[in-house]
Amino acid sequence: MILRHLFTATLIGVITSFGAVADGIGDPKKGAKVFKKCKACHQVGEGAKHRVGPQLNGLFGRTAGTLEGFKYSKAMTTAGEDGLVWTDETIAEFVENPKAFIPKSKMSFKGLKKEKDRVNLLAYLQTFSDNPQAVILEEVDADTTDGPALDAAVLALVGDAEYGEYLSGDCKTCHQTSGGDDGIPSIVGWPTEDFVIAMHSYKQKRRPHPVMQMMAGRLSDEEIASLAAYFNALQ
Amino acid sequence: MKLNRRLFLGSAAAASASLSAPMAMGAGHGKPRVVVVGGGAGGATAARYIAKDSKGEIDVTLIEPTRTYYTCFFSNLVIGGFRDIQSIGHSYGKMAAGGVNVVHDWATGVDRDAKTVALAGGGSVPYDKLILSPGIDFVDGAVEGWDLSTQNAMPHAYKAGSQTELLKAQIMAMPQGGTFAMVAPPNPFRCPPGPYERVSMVAHYLKNNNPTAKIIIADPKAKFSKFGLFQEGWANHYGGMIDWIGSDFGGDNVSVDAGAMTVTIDGEVTKVDACNVIPAMKAGKIAHDADVTEGNWAPVNAIDMSTKADADVYVLGDSSSQGDMPKSGFSANSQAKVCANAVRGALTGSKVFPAKFSNTCWSLIDTNDGVKVGASYEATDEKIAKVDGFISATGEGADLRKATYEESVGWYAGITADMFG
Ligand SMILES: Cc1cc2nc3c(=O)[nH]c(=O)nc-3n(C[C@H](O)[C@H](O)[C@H](O)COP(=O)(O)OP(=O)(O)OC[C@H]3O[C@@H](n4cnc5c(N)ncnc54)[C@H](O)[C@@H]3O)c2cc1C
Repeated sequence: MILRHLFTATLIGVITSFGAVADGIGDPKKGAKVFKKCKACHQVGEGAKHRVGPQLNGLFGRTAGTLEGFKYSKAMTTAGEDGLVWTDETIAEFVENPKAFIPKSKMSFKGLKKEKDRVNLLAYLQTFSDNPQAVILEEVDADTTDGPALDAAVLALVGDAEYGEYLSGDCKTCHQTSGGDDGIPSIVGWPTEDFVIAMHSYKQKRRPHPVMQMMAGRLSDEEIASLAAYFNALQ
Repeated sequence: MKLNRRLFLGSAAAASASLSAPMAMGAGHGKPRVVVVGGGAGGATAARYIAKDSKGEIDVTLIEPTRTYYTCFFSNLVIGGFRDIQSIGHSYGKMAAGGVNVVHDWATGVDRDAKTVALAGGGSVPYDKLILSPGIDFVDGAVEGWDLSTQNAMPHAYKAGSQTELLKAQIMAMPQGGTFAMVAPPNPFRCPPGPYERVSMVAHYLKNNNPTAKIIIADPKAKFSKFGLFQEGWANHYGGMIDWIGSDFGGDNVSVDAGAMTVTIDGEVTKVDACNVIPAMKAGKIAHDADVTEGNWAPVNAIDMSTKADADVYVLGDSSSQGDMPKSGFSANSQAKVCANAVRGALTGSKVFPAKFSNTCWSLIDTNDGVKVGASYEATDEKIAKVDGFISATGEGADLRKATYEESVGWYAGITADMFG
């Protein structure tokens, strides 16, 4: 079932996106801008680590769901076992509409609807498959948009998961503990550090979203750490 | 124990769990008992959280007459054709697995001295702590010419389900160029943007199916929630179709005649083809029967939602009078969690964390044009007090409005999962 579905999807993917990828010559610099949308979850370039999503160095040619140290969704592992390899075509298809290409993967991203964005993103990611030390990254980081100003001590706080569970009542009105994510992203199983950084970015109003800015705005450093501990442990 | 037989039939899992658990207290008095009346946004959440977090240490019974709860939230979208009625119906099927005894019956009275709740089907249920979340009832005689006997000719559709479908059918049956009227309620009422989201949804339907139809709203208020956003949206999407008559223009002087299908606003009689009367509201009847109300609502302590009248009786959601929070499903759900934490602490000695509340209300104005308003709150000695808030801006781009609508769809999935498991 999954196999057939996957290959059908891939085939359609090849047909619709092949032309685009082949004709369009992507601009890695523009791709770096597009990648800002991915940065909340993915790292790429020198020293890139797994975060909410896996690191993306050497992506091209890799079999899906096979990096050490990252906990993939069942759907992604199965896709890899069924033979999905990341190429121009498959990456383009996946990022266009992640939910359609691999239903139930962890990637809660709406998708890049514009062909230009996809082509440029591919060109950017390609630079890290040829040479993970690519320098373009630094240019992008120069205009920082999201990183909050955080003390190392705040990042190091160890939260009380029981308190986090109580506080999480407020989150669960919108974010589903089942990991479902229609319209509102899943926050289950995030690395604590990413969770803490994301919440402080909202608290400091560096990440835009009025509801999240308000919710994070009233949480103390300890409370954010507690929530991070709770959601990290949740499966 | 004077437990109703049905209580045990409906809750095999919970009953067997309670048999195997060690008795916390001496003979004749087993586990502490919480009874929740009303399985809506406040009650279902409270029952589920107490059962879940006490891990079997507390006996939780939920009394709710209906087997399918139709959410009022998103019921306007049913009228607009964005949802079907089945998609807003939820069963209590997963509650028992969550450790809640569900009794499908009406609570007909509360004996606060004996600490029991009487059931319409006979018998009564004892409690140590009682949580009432019965939603709203209408104030008798609030709109001249309207009472519950005329609710089918002029539906309120302010309790979702058959009333929602009835109103929708009446709008669909309007003749071309006909008139839809709404009589809006005075403050305070459930879901402050609700009537105006509804007008938007009616207008959406009419624009596509009956474009020469008219909408008039008689409103006893001079202004309403998200006023600027709705006015802007109505002008953009439904130019000229909607005539809002506020109190400054006589909207507070209104009567209806359900037989003749007329609405009289400030002396002027209008023949209408469909009429939605949303009367003034008060706490659900059982809160009045329990004698924990003052006037129309039940005053509560912000710290834990216990009533001012009785420390062992709590009131959640629309029925409560708590301070700054609007009467919404989001608010009721938020209050339920604070209450659940406090009740569990009082009965089992578990840690009680500080009360924090929040609310966000999304409204849909037209396809992919969503707006929202929200705030966070804390408990003070006098009330639940607003700390911080936000509201969508007029003139926002289409992408943002679409994202806001999509977010509301996510919220709906989230809160209903949080209520019913
Ligand atoms: C058109 C409309 C749109 C809305 N949109 C939104 C929205 O977008 N967002 C939002 O947050 N809120 C919205 N609301 C408001 C929301 O529906 C209510 O605020 C919320 O349901 C209140 O929760 P509650 O627990 O107080 O009452 P309810 O959810 O009404 O639950 C009360 C329950 O108690 C039961 N009951 C009553 N009496 C008894 C008794 N004697 N014995 C046993 N059971 C009893 C009833 O059967 C009912 O199931 C909307 C409301 C309307 C009408």
